[in-house]
Amino acid sequence: MKLTLKVWRQHDASSEGKIETYEANDIPQEASFLEMLDIVNNEIIENGGDPIAFDHDCREGICGTCSLTINGVPHGKESAITTCQLHMRKFSDGDTIFIEPFRAKAFPVIRDLVVDRSSFDRIIESGGYVSIRTGSAVDANSMPIQKDTADTAFDAATCIGCGACVAACKNASAMLFVSAKVKHLNSLPQGLPEKDKRVLKMVEQMDKEGFGNCTNQYECEAVCPKSIKSEFISELNRQYATATVKKAIG
Amino acid sequence: MNLTANSFIKFYGSSIGKKVIVALTGLALIGFLLGHMIGNLKIFAGPDKINGYAAWLHSMPSILWIARIGLIVCFVLHIYTTIRLVLENRSAKGNRYVANATVKASGASRAMVWSGIIILSFVIYHILHFTVRVGNDYDGYIDASGRHDVFRMLVDGFSWWPASTFYIISMALLCWHLSHGFASVFQTLGLRTERTWGLIKTIGYAYSLIIFIGNCSIPVSILAGWISY
Repeated sequence: MKLTLKVWRQHDASSEGKIETYEANDIPQEASFLEMLDIVNNEIIENGGDPIAFDHDCREGICGTCSLTINGVPHGKESAITTCQLHMRKFSDGDTIFIEPFRAKAFPVIRDLVVDRSSFDRIIESGGYVSIRTGSAVDANSMPIQKDTADTAFDAATCIGCGACVAACKNASAMLFVSAKVKHLNSLPQGLPEKDKRVLKMVEQMDKEGFGNCTNQYECEAVCPKSIKSEFISELNRQYATATVKKAIG
Repeated sequence: MNLTANSFIKFYGSSIGKKVIVALTGLALIGFLLGHMIGNLKIFAGPDKINGYAAWLHSMPSILWIARIGLIVCFVLHIYTTIRLVLENRSAKGNRYVANATVKASGASRAMVWSGIIILSFVIYHILHFTVRVGNDYDGYIDASGRHDVFRMLVDGFSWWPASTFYIISMALLCWHLSHGFASVFQTLGLRTERTWGLIKTIGYAYSLIIFIGNCSIPVSILAGWISY
C-alpha cells in the first residue's frame, strides 16, 4: 500500500506544532497502524531524520497506552478497538491519513503524538481505589455478589484509561472515564463504604485538572475501545447530586 | 445552614452542578411551553374563550407575577450557566483538530448555542410583541365584554407575514433545541437507564413535535384565513 501521512509534529509542550507530510510506501495490508508508523520511522531514521514519537506498549488492546487521533477520530473510525488493533487493511491504497495527538488542555503534548495523561492518574489517586486492610487475600467468593452487579461492575472495569473519551469530546470532558471508575467501585460491596466520598473527590479532581463539561453528545461512547456506556455518566450525575445533598444535610 | 450554603456554592462551582442547574431550569421551561401552548390553542375555540382565558390569568396578578418571575429566573439561570459552561469547555479543549470528525453527536446537540441565541432573540421579540405590546395599539383592543381582545390582537399580529414567518422559524429552532434538551434533562439528572433511554428519547421527539405543530398552527391558520374576525 502507498499512503500519504499528515502527521502532527511538535518538539515539546512549549513549542508550536504543525502538520508535516510523509509518503509511506510498501506498507503491508496486514500491518497494524503502529507497525505502519514503525516502518515510516525506520525510513526517517535511515535518512537521518527525527522519528515520529508515539505512545505504545502491549500492542494487544488491553493496556491503554496507545492513542492517536486518526482522521479526526481517536483510535480511528473502526468501533471498539484501540489504535494498535487497527490494521492497514481498513484503509485503501492511496489514502491520505491525518494523525494527530489526543487533544485536550488536560493532556498536554509531550512530543509529537505523545501526550501526558497523568491527570487521569491524579483522578484515580483522589478516590479511584478501595481502602482495605492489607494482608493475605480473602477466599474467593466469600462475599456474595449478585451476578448482574458483578457483570456491570466488570463492564465498567474494562475501561483502560486511554483517554479517547476526552480526545473525542469537543469539550474535553473526562466524564466517561470518571463514571466508569465510579461505577466499577461503587457497585461492589468493597467500594460501598466510601461511595459518596469517592464520587465527590473524583469529580472535584476532574474539574481541578481542567477537563470540560459533558454536553451529552456521546462522542466518547462512540470511540471508546471498551464500549463503556454513557449510561454510567447519567449515574455519576445522580450519585454526585445525591452525595452533595447528603453532605449538606450532614 | 452555613454548611448547606457552602455545599450549594461548591455544587454550582462543579461541572455536574452547573449542568444540573441547566437541566432543572430547562425542565421548568419545557413544562411552561406545554401550558402556554394549550392556553393559546383556545384561539380555535373563538374570541370568547381566549379572551376569557387571558382575563382569568390577569384576575390573579400576584400568582401571575410569581409565575413570571419564576420563569425569568429560570430563563436567566439557564442562559447564564450555559455561557459559563461553554466558556469552560472552549478553554478545556484548547487546540482543535486539523482533521475534524463527528461520529455520533446529533446536529441539534452541536447547534444548541446557536439555536439558543435565536430562541432568546425570539423570546425578546415575542414579549415586546404580545406582552408589553410596543409599536401597536393592541392595548386599545377591547371586546364586547370589556376584556382585552386577545383574539383580535393575535389575528392582527400574525396577519403580518414577516412576523408569522419569524415565529414559525423560531418554533422550528426551539423544537430542534428541545429534541436534544428533553432527553438531556434525564441524562443529566441521572434519571435514565439503558432500558428507558429509547423511550425517553422518543417522548422527547414527540413532545418537541407537538410543541412545534401546536404553536405553528396559530400563525398558519391566521395567514391562511381560517381564523379571522
